[in-house]
Amino acid sequence: MDLKFRNKTITGILTVLPKRVVPFEEEMGDYNFPEKNSLRLKKVMGYNTHRIAAEGQCSSDFCIFGLQYLFDNGLLDKDDIDALILVTQSPDYYMPPTSNLIQGHFGMKNDMICLDINQGCAGFEIGLIQSFLLLEQETINKVVLLNADVLSSKVSKHDRNSRPLMGDAASITIVESCDNDQEILCSVNMDGTGAKAIMIPAGGFRTPASEETAAMSEDMAGNLRSLNNIVMQGDDVFNFVQREVPPMIDRLLERANKKVEDVDWYMFHQPNKLMLNKLAEAIGIPYEKMPSNIVENFGNASGVTVPTCISYNLGDKLTKESYEICMAGFGVGLTWSSILMRVGNLSFNKIIEF
Amino acid sequence: MKEKIIEILSDLRSEFDFSEEGVDFIKEGMIDSFDMVCLVDELEQQFGIKISGVDITSKNFSTVASIEALLKKNGVE
Repeated sequence: MDLKFRNKTITGILTVLPKRVVPFEEEMGDYNFPEKNSLRLKKVMGYNTHRIAAEGQCSSDFCIFGLQYLFDNGLLDKDDIDALILVTQSPDYYMPPTSNLIQGHFGMKNDMICLDINQGCAGFEIGLIQSFLLLEQETINKVVLLNADVLSSKVSKHDRNSRPLMGDAASITIVESCDNDQEILCSVNMDGTGAKAIMIPAGGFRTPASEETAAMSEDMAGNLRSLNNIVMQGDDVFNFVQREVPPMIDRLLERANKKVEDVDWYMFHQPNKLMLNKLAEAIGIPYEKMPSNIVENFGNASGVTVPTCISYNLGDKLTKESYEICMAGFGVGLTWSSILMRVGNLSFNKIIEF
Repeated sequence: MKEKIIEILSDLRSEFDFSEEGVDFIKEGMIDSFDMVCLVDELEQQFGIKISGVDITSKNFSTVASIEALLKKNGVE
């Protein structure tokens, strides 16, 4: 689905990472594979270290820490927030919405909307699109988009397919109305027939967590996991991404009447380095325009990887300059989405630790 | 080329015999999706090619013959 917006802009990005750094080698012994094979995988997939939340740290804790930082530093006024969107697959509770908990924590005004969205790898793009839609309303001028996931506790420590790439993190993106009427082009696509390619089979209402669902079993490749853990059909997901993402980006550029080289940065979701390199090759993007260093340094925290990529790779530069940026997310859902917009002269663009 | 492919596969998973014909490596659990990506990296380096992302499928890595066909498609003689 093609979408187009005007008079909207991003004015700040803050990424909040857990302090705990876990090197790949520290966990390698937990996998049922020879060390040589694991090290080979590390090289190809670009795994190195990932950030893991401390026990008990929830999505809201990261968001609250980040928001408090912005309030304390005069970068955001809580009374200006008209909408609080939280995109997460790891809410604090089934009910109430975690965004309401965050609103309540800070005693924000009642005249606003709080909204939890269950989305993963494309969560930044879906969250931005929802922010733009809300900003079409005259009464909404400032949206705070929160992306947060602490899914590391849902991954089996003996699952080489999922554990090395997993990371925990949150990001806060300020999205506002503005006078600039430059087009923001978006694409959003869903395929629910592939919904089970990345899932946590038990723990919801369909299959409540129980002693039985916690029983570990070994898959054909030697990974051990239970139904309470994340399971990913790695090859299906890889194929889907390679098949769907390049034509989506081609079409986005065509709509903008731009060539690949006209875009300054391609900030894509980061499940692993190989997947990104293959996308870059298929679309014709030079590797240096598509940073692939997030999974390597911090892990894949679902919808937080794109804002982390922007904060980590552009940092202060984005407070002084502006760039044509193409963002894309793909995965859980299955969902694939992209946005082409000018981003820059931000009030802040940085990473802090919690 | 066939011998080289078997050598690379054996180096990746030394516990299996990849020289037996008619065996589907994927169905038999001899290589999984993560072995497959390591294999892509190794083949690209050894043969100096770039394998397209859409070709990284189980079907193309299930037998020595299918890997051979993939290499030929990428210009390896």
